[in-house]
Amino acid sequence: MAFEAGRGLTHLERLEAESIHILREVVAETEKPVMLYSVGKDSAVMLHLARKAFYPSPPPFPLLHVDTTWKFRAMYELRDRMARESGMELLVYHNPEAMEKGINPFDHGALHTDMWKTEGLKQALDKYGFDAAFGGARRDEEKSRAKERIFSFRSANHRWDPKNQRPELWNLYNARKAKGESIRVFPISNWTELDIWQYIHLENIPIVPLYFAAKRPVVERDGLLIMVDDERFRLKDGEVPMEKSVRFRTLGCYPLTGAVESEATTLPEVIQEMLLTTTSERQGRVIDKDAGGASMEKKKQEGYF
Amino acid sequence: MADMQESSYKADELIARDIDAYLAQHQHKSLLRFITCGSVDDGKSTLIGRLLYDSKMIFEDQLAALEADSKKLGTQGQNIDFALLVDGLAAEREQGITIDVAYRFFATEKRKFIVADTPGHEQYTRNMVTGASTADLAVILIDARKGVLTQTRRHSYLVNLIGIRHVVLAVNKMDLIGYDQAKYDEIVAAYKAFAGSIGIGEFTAIPISGFVGDNITAKSGNTPWYAGPTLMHVLETVELNVTAESERPFRLPVQWVNRPNLDFRGFSGLIAGGVIEAGDAVRVLPSGKTSVVSRIVTQGGDLARAVAGQSVTLTLADEIDCSRGDVITKADEPVQVADQFEATLVWMSDEALSVGRGYWLKMGTQTVSATVQAPKYQVNVNTLEHVAAKTLELNAIGVAQVSTDRAIPFEPYDANRTLGGFILIDKMTNATVGAGMIRFALRRSQNVHWQALDVSREVRAGLKNQKPAVLWFTGLSGAGKSTIANLVEKKLVRMNRHTFLLDGDNVRHGLNKDLGFTQADRIENIRRVGEVARLMADAGMIVITAFISPFRSEREMVRRMLPEGEFFEVFIDTSLREAEARDVKGLYKKARAGQLKNFTGIDSPYEPPVAPEIHIDTAMMSPEAAAELIIERLIP
Repeated sequence: MAFEAGRGLTHLERLEAESIHILREVVAETEKPVMLYSVGKDSAVMLHLARKAFYPSPPPFPLLHVDTTWKFRAMYELRDRMARESGMELLVYHNPEAMEKGINPFDHGALHTDMWKTEGLKQALDKYGFDAAFGGARRDEEKSRAKERIFSFRSANHRWDPKNQRPELWNLYNARKAKGESIRVFPISNWTELDIWQYIHLENIPIVPLYFAAKRPVVERDGLLIMVDDERFRLKDGEVPMEKSVRFRTLGCYPLTGAVESEATTLPEVIQEMLLTTTSERQGRVIDKDAGGASMEKKKQEGYF
Repeated sequence: MADMQESSYKADELIARDIDAYLAQHQHKSLLRFITCGSVDDGKSTLIGRLLYDSKMIFEDQLAALEADSKKLGTQGQNIDFALLVDGLAAEREQGITIDVAYRFFATEKRKFIVADTPGHEQYTRNMVTGASTADLAVILIDARKGVLTQTRRHSYLVNLIGIRHVVLAVNKMDLIGYDQAKYDEIVAAYKAFAGSIGIGEFTAIPISGFVGDNITAKSGNTPWYAGPTLMHVLETVELNVTAESERPFRLPVQWVNRPNLDFRGFSGLIAGGVIEAGDAVRVLPSGKTSVVSRIVTQGGDLARAVAGQSVTLTLADEIDCSRGDVITKADEPVQVADQFEATLVWMSDEALSVGRGYWLKMGTQTVSATVQAPKYQVNVNTLEHVAAKTLELNAIGVAQVSTDRAIPFEPYDANRTLGGFILIDKMTNATVGAGMIRFALRRSQNVHWQALDVSREVRAGLKNQKPAVLWFTGLSGAGKSTIANLVEKKLVRMNRHTFLLDGDNVRHGLNKDLGFTQADRIENIRRVGEVARLMADAGMIVITAFISPFRSEREMVRRMLPEGEFFEVFIDTSLREAEARDVKGLYKKARAGQLKNFTGIDSPYEPPVAPEIHIDTAMMSPEAAAELIIERLIP
């Protein structure tokens, strides 16, 4: 996005500048930062911004993927490619207890997310001693996110206390913390889903092909179209995968992520569909519905990103 | 629903027909941040919910949940309660109030908007100031049935205090007063009289109904007597802060120094004012050194020019010292440098301001230690009277003098928000406890143009191949300070370190021979010794001082003269009984006999260090062992 003389900054240029400022501030003020990389479109934008922020240096922190072993295969491919291209170290963490017990989305429901993601994240942060972790959450995603600070403090037990957040004035961020405490930092807090897509389009940022429509094998469960991405998928009696032209609006563990039927094979078409659609982004995710309206807020207090 | 069909920002048709054209249009939108302020029940959440709803930021699944919630929790009977869209946290949904700052997003064809939604309760001044600090514009909501209230005055005062230049007075719930023009005019006139009195010159008044939708996005048929713009029109056309900032002098607070290899040294930061071009002559503050911008580096290629609001990396033609916290300006438009300011403070912590205590002050990219004096006055935000105050409690606003431990580049807040707005951080809890806005510098330091010395203290210390330090011995008379200090110096010299020992003998007979032993003289004695020690540390020396220095505040004063990590308080801990028993010089005897006045431990107090860098208990170790321990701590 080259700045053109004679006109003001566009909203995307402003958002980009703000995110870069946040990324640099964390690197200047914390001891051991890390970027949580989930391979989704928000992570893609966050990584792209980090590469811009520190150019010509590579971003001075590693990427951390808290893996569940149940992501789409295409996600693992892009993850490894992006780590190579960015010149950053990639750390992949698997919760050993979840691994040992064979925790999976078919048998364990909410426990799957809790063990692999929430517990796995805490373990990984403790193991490496990271004192700041970048996350790609956006305030427009969910009601409790709208009230979370850009620099969000976690106790030594990784808990979030929504009633005891530090005021954030101007673009001044207080990164001071006691030993054992850590910060989650959300550089793209003020981006909306449309901003993300538009930026990916303008900057030509690589994303997982699953965001584009293609013929894929799916089954319908509880009103969601679930893709049969590998042989571990347990088909119910009489269930036969159908080939449908589908794409994903959000990516997670493949057995928990609903596809939408679509013919959008280009970014403008994807954006077009998004703008004309009538359901919100997180609607395809099973985990938000676990505990009613306050589900995400509760998860966050417990340490989920 | 009045006239909602005309809503200016339903772009569905264009999206469906020509997505590329829509994207091109959206790509050139600007960004406006605004804040809505109102009392409980003024309809603030409803207004924001309405803006989100009308801009299609609410999807069907959210709407279905909203309809269900409205029936369960809503305050609007069978109608959709837009406020429920906005009230996020579980706790506040149950209480039916908003308890914190929340940010919302929507967009029209012209702009993207970020709304700071802040609560209207009295105890939450803090949240409103936080939300207002990033806003270009404020919408002040008034319930048409109630008119201008105390809260309205308070919100307006805060909006003006934080420097928001555009104010919209939204007289809401017009539907509930039958769109009565006379009542509306009365409210606007009352507000105008008040606004003028606090310095808000211009504002735009609009009669609206968030619930019905009057004059939000389209002119309402219910108010034919109103000829002004809709709320949306104002939001879409008002001038942005960033535009105004780009017309001011160039300011770049250096955030991070980018050094991928020996051939590249870039200075990264978010431009806080003005415009910069490659080839411009620049000055680095506080050093005052000058150079020329060689490149404006970005991943997408070098820029010829960059403006306020952009995050950039500059390289300079000369190898000059420049690090995080410094400010780069145009060579002929430098910022001032000072260490004492008058500032407006907003206190944000349950624990009141502690006058004289050290806080971290973070402004721009610099963090320094600072103390606050007793407030000159506190402002009663309801009556706007100035009242006397000894401190500032949670949500209090006052004016006070702030001193920093070193001179920092700054600008008055009115001239530059980034270089004049700061936060105060509690050194123990790390909490953000206050916010401040610099009004002006108080001291002569702004007139001192700091000479840029090419021979810096780093250079001098480097020549001596050591890190400067001050070993500040403190303890009772006869505790063993001089004995141990002498041993330490001998050992350091043997290690080829450059040292100097300052003690009573070489100071009292020369530099301080005009001083006696009254409390005032003892304080001055220590101040002079501190200044000499600092100069010697600047010269690269390891300075050892051996004075009783009984008062904590004086030792703290010396500590603040030195860069962090260079002051070592060495507590030579010997009990009074033991020191008096030794009485090498016979001084205790004289003091007990009344022949010596103001003798520490006898008729003048000794304040032991609270957290000395080095604590020597002379009952537990020999002078030799003590000296070894001190050197171990100094040179690990």
